[in-house]
Amino acid sequence: MRWGVIVFPGSCDEQDVYDCLKNNLRQKVDFLWHKDPLAGKFDCIVLPGGFSYGDYLRSGAMARFSPIMKGVVEFAQKGGLVLGICNGFQILCEAGLLPGALTRNASLQFICRRVFVRLEETDTPFTCAGKKGQLLKLPIKHGEGCYYADPTTLERLHKNRQILVRYVDAKGRTTPAADPNGSLDHIAGVCNEGRNVFGLMPHPEDAGEKILGGEDGLKIFSSVIEACDKRGKRAWLD
Amino acid sequence: MARLSAKQFPQPPVSADTIASHGFSEEEYRRIVQILEREPNFTELGVFSVMWSEHCSYKSSKVHLKLLPTDGPAVLQGPGENAGIVDIGNGLAVVFKMESHNHPSFIEPYQGAATGVGGILRDIFTMGARPIASLNSLRFGAIDHPRTPYLLSGVVAGIGGYGNCVGVPTVGGELFFDESYNANILVNAFTLGIAEKKRIFTGKAKGVGNPLIYVGAKTGRDGIHGATMASEAFSEESEKRRPTVQVGDPFTEKLLLEACLELMKGDCLVGIQDMGAAGLTSSAAEMAARGGTGVELDLSRVPLRERGMTPYEMLLSESQERMLLVAKKGKEEQVKRVFERWDLDAVVVGKVTRDRLFRAFFDGAEVVRIPVAALTSEAPVYTRPAERPQSQDDVQRLDLEKIEEPADLGAALKRLLDSPNVASKEWVFRQYDHFVRSNTVVAPGADAAVIRIKGTEKGLALTVDGNGRYCYLDPYVGGILAVAEAARNLACVGARPIGLSDCLNFGSPERPDVMWQFSQVVQGMRDGCIALGVPVVSGNVSFYNETDGVPIYPTPTVAMVGLLPQVARHVTPWFKSPGDIVVLLGRSREELGGSEYLKVIHGLAKGTPPWIDLRLERAVQHSCLKAIDKGILHSAHDLSEGGLGVALAECCISGPEKPLGARVEPREMMRGDARLFGESQSRIIVSLKEKDLNRLREIAEKEGAPMQVIGEVGGSRLVVHPLIRLPVDELKSIWSSSLERRLRDAR
Amino acid sequence: MRVKIFVYLKDGVLDPQGKAVERSLHALGYKEVQDVRMGKYLEVELDAPSRQAAEERIREMCDKLLANPVIEDYRFEIEE
Repeated sequence: MRWGVIVFPGSCDEQDVYDCLKNNLRQKVDFLWHKDPLAGKFDCIVLPGGFSYGDYLRSGAMARFSPIMKGVVEFAQKGGLVLGICNGFQILCEAGLLPGALTRNASLQFICRRVFVRLEETDTPFTCAGKKGQLLKLPIKHGEGCYYADPTTLERLHKNRQILVRYVDAKGRTTPAADPNGSLDHIAGVCNEGRNVFGLMPHPEDAGEKILGGEDGLKIFSSVIEACDKRGKRAWLD
Repeated sequence: MARLSAKQFPQPPVSADTIASHGFSEEEYRRIVQILEREPNFTELGVFSVMWSEHCSYKSSKVHLKLLPTDGPAVLQGPGENAGIVDIGNGLAVVFKMESHNHPSFIEPYQGAATGVGGILRDIFTMGARPIASLNSLRFGAIDHPRTPYLLSGVVAGIGGYGNCVGVPTVGGELFFDESYNANILVNAFTLGIAEKKRIFTGKAKGVGNPLIYVGAKTGRDGIHGATMASEAFSEESEKRRPTVQVGDPFTEKLLLEACLELMKGDCLVGIQDMGAAGLTSSAAEMAARGGTGVELDLSRVPLRERGMTPYEMLLSESQERMLLVAKKGKEEQVKRVFERWDLDAVVVGKVTRDRLFRAFFDGAEVVRIPVAALTSEAPVYTRPAERPQSQDDVQRLDLEKIEEPADLGAALKRLLDSPNVASKEWVFRQYDHFVRSNTVVAPGADAAVIRIKGTEKGLALTVDGNGRYCYLDPYVGGILAVAEAARNLACVGARPIGLSDCLNFGSPERPDVMWQFSQVVQGMRDGCIALGVPVVSGNVSFYNETDGVPIYPTPTVAMVGLLPQVARHVTPWFKSPGDIVVLLGRSREELGGSEYLKVIHGLAKGTPPWIDLRLERAVQHSCLKAIDKGILHSAHDLSEGGLGVALAECCISGPEKPLGARVEPREMMRGDARLFGESQSRIIVSLKEKDLNRLREIAEKEGAPMQVIGEVGGSRLVVHPLIRLPVDELKSIWSSSLERRLRDAR
Repeated sequence: MRVKIFVYLKDGVLDPQGKAVERSLHALGYKEVQDVRMGKYLEVELDAPSRQAAEERIREMCDKLLANPVIEDYRFEIEE
C-alpha cells in the first residue's frame, strides 16, 4: 500500500509521520505539496500536525482552501482513507469532512505531554488492529484541541459510534482531570459516518519507538495497513 | 506603498544632541570624523551607532573573551560566525549558539521572548543546519514580586508560541528566581541544528559583482535602535519604549527556514546571514568584512511594510524574519523561484564590490559611504577599568556558628522542594512542544536532555546551567562552577562534552566592580573549560543588565552539548527498581555558602560558593561516564541546588512512574543541615544492582574518584538516617505542584 | 469602502478567554461585570459597486473563511 503525507505551509510533523511509516513500518510514503492537485494512487492520505498558515485566523481555516484539498475531498467521497492528526484534524473539521470543531484549550495554554486514550470502536480502518477498551499512551501537543459539537451532532456521533478515542486516566476512566483540554465528552478523535475519515488530536507518529517512550502509536497506522490488506473482503471501500 | 524620494528626505543636521542621543562619547565622535575625513551625515551616524554599540561590537568584552579556549580537534567553526560548529562524525556536524533577549523580554515578555527564539533559529539555519532542539535559560525576580507572574507567563508563552509553530522542539532549560532580577529578567535562548559537513554555509560576501538578495518579511519600523537599547541600562524611560520591540511571525520564519534549506541543496548560494540586531546594516557590513569585500545597497529596492520610511529607518530596522543572501551572479532567477514556491519575497538589493566600502544609495543618491573595517574590525575596543569592590569581603563573610540548625530537617527539606528554584518546572515545559521531529529520548526535567540522531546510533545531550548567586559571591569560582556543572549534567546521562555556547549577562561595563566580575567569571570559565576539555564555540555578551543603578547578579549561562556514541545506553536521574544500591560518587564538605538552603531557610545570600577541585571533578565525571558505558548504572543524578537531600528526593520522585522510596545513611560527620543541604561540587548519586558494585568500585578507584555506598532503593519513604523520614508521595506532591500553585496565588 | 467585521463564539460555546478576562476584571474590583465574551475584529478595505453588493460579498467571505459556522457567529458594519 502507499501513503501520501500532505505538506502545507506551516506543517511541522510531516517528517515525523514520514519517518514513522518508513522506518518503523517499512511503508511506501510520498510527500504531497499543498499547491499541487492530488494525483497518483494512494491508499491513505495523512494531514499532519503543525501550524498551517500559522493558524492565524483559526486552526486549519486557511489550509482547507489549499489546491490539494479539492482532491482530498473527492478521494474521501470515493471512500479513500484520510487521517488527520492534530492540525490535520482541525483542517478536516474546517473542510467539513469531519463533524464538530476544535477550540482553544480550556486552560488557555498550549499543552505538551503524554496522555492515555481509550479505543472506543474497532470496526474502522484506523482502529481495527486494536481491542475495544484498549488504552494507548500517546503524546499531545496543541493549543486548540478542545472538541466541540452542537447537541444534535453529538447525538449523531453517539448513535453512529463515530467517537473512536477518548481521553482517559491510566486506569481507563474518563475523569475531568484526564481530559487535557476540556473536550466535550472527553473526545480525542472522531470519524465520519462513512468511517473512512478519521481525525485525532494525539500524535501516533511520535509514539512509534521504544526509545522515544513507547510504540502505542503504531496501533493506528498498523490498523490502516491491516485494513488495506483485507480491503477486498471488507465493506469500507467499494 | 508610498516611497520617499531623495528630495523628500533631507538629512537632519548632526548636532551635539543627536551625537549624544546616539550614545557616542566625544572621543568616539572624533574618531568617526577622523575615519571619514569629514563629518558624518545623520544616516551614517545611525549606522555607526548600531555597529559600535556594545551589542554588535563587543567593545568592552573583546579583550577578555580572547582568553576562552575556542579550539578543539572536532571544532569546525569557533566564535565569530553566526554560530559555532562541531564535527560529530558520520559526515555530520552540529551547529549551535545561545543568545540573550533580556531587555526586549522585560518590555514586552511575549514578543521579546518569541523574537529571541526566532533570532537564534535563524542563526542556526543560516549556516545550512536544520534546527532540531532548543533550550532556554530564564531568570526572573522573586516569585512573589508583583510583575513576576506576568513576565514569566508571557515569556514562556512567547517561547512556546514561536518554537512550537516553527516545529523545533524545546527539550530543556533552566528557570531561577531571585530578587536580583526583579527589574531585569534574563531570557537566553539556545538552538542546535544538524548539518551535513559538506554543506555548511557562512556569512561571507565573496565574489565581486555577486548580487545581494533580500529574502523574507518586509521591512517596517520595528526595533529601530534595538541594538542600542540592549546596550543601555534600564530606567523608567525604557518602559515607555514599547514601539521599539519587534513582533515575531513564526509562520514566515517556518517558510523562510524551509526555503533556505531548499536553496542550500542547490549551488546558487555564496553566503547568507540573518538580519538580526542592527538589521540590514550589520548583516551587510559583517558579510563584507568576513569576505574582505565591500557592499553596495540600493535602498529604493528594499521591500517595505510602512509608508514613508527613510534610509535611516531601512538600514536600522530590526524587523524579524529577514535574511540577506549573496548569490552567484546569474542565479538570481533560480533563487527567486525557490522563495516563490514558499510564497516569500526575494529581491536583489545590491551587490558585492571590490572597494571594501559600505555604501548605500537611495533614489540614486549616495546616503552612506563608510569603510567596512571602520564598522567591524576597527570598531573601538576598550579595556575598561576593573576593580574588586570592598563590599565583596562583607558579602563573603559567613559564620556558620551563627546559623542555627533547624530542629526539623524534614520540614526544611519540604520547604526546599517547595522553593520555585528547586520545584518541578513541568508547568513551563508542558507549554513547549518537546516531541516534534521525533528525536526526543530524554524530555525536559532531567539533568540533561537527550535526543537521538536519526540514521545513526548516536545521541546528543544538551544542558544549560549557571548560578548567578555563586558568581555574585565569588565570580571566579562561579565561572568554573557553571562550566563544571554543565559537564557534570552531561556525564549523568552518559555524554561527553563536545562544545559550549554561553551568554554572559552582566551589569554596566562602565562600572569597575561589574568589569571585575566579568573578567573573573571569564577567567573561571576558561579554567573550567581547559580542565574539562570543552571548547567555547559561540555565545554572546549582554551588558547593562541593571535598573536604576543596581546591577543583576553576574550571570553567565553555559549551554553545553555532549555526544553519546550509543544513545540507547543513556541514563536518567530517577531510581528504577527497589533493591538497587545507592552510591554517592565524590566527597561532601561542610559548606553552606551561597546555598539554596541558606537563602530559603535563613534568607541569606552570603558566604563563599562551594569549593571545587577540577581534578576531582574530572575523576567523578569520568567514573560516571565509564560506568554508563559499561551499562551498569540504572540512574545518575547530579547534586546541585539543595544538595544531597534535594537530589535524593528528586531521584525518588522525578520519574514518570510512581515514586520510589530509599533508605540512606551518609557517613560524613558534620552538622545535619550541611550534610543534607550543602552544595559541595563534584558529586553524583547513582543507583545500580548490588552485583555490579565491585565493577563500579574498580572504575572509581582507577579514576581516583571517592565513592561510598549510602543506601538502598525501596519502600514508600525517603529515609536519611537519622535526620529525615518522609513519605515520597508527600514530597512528590509538594515538588510537583509548587510552581503552578504559587503562580495562581500571585494572581 | 471599509468594512468592520466582528467574529465571536456562539452562545453556548465555551469561551475560556472570555472567562479569564471576566475573572481578572472581578479581581480588579469590577464586580458589576456579568459576562465577557471575546472575539475577533477584522477591518477589510473593499472595492464594491454598491453597499448591497459589498454586503453580499462580505457575507460570503464570512461564511466561507472568516467565521466557522460550527462555533462562531459574525456581524459587520460598512463605512463609506
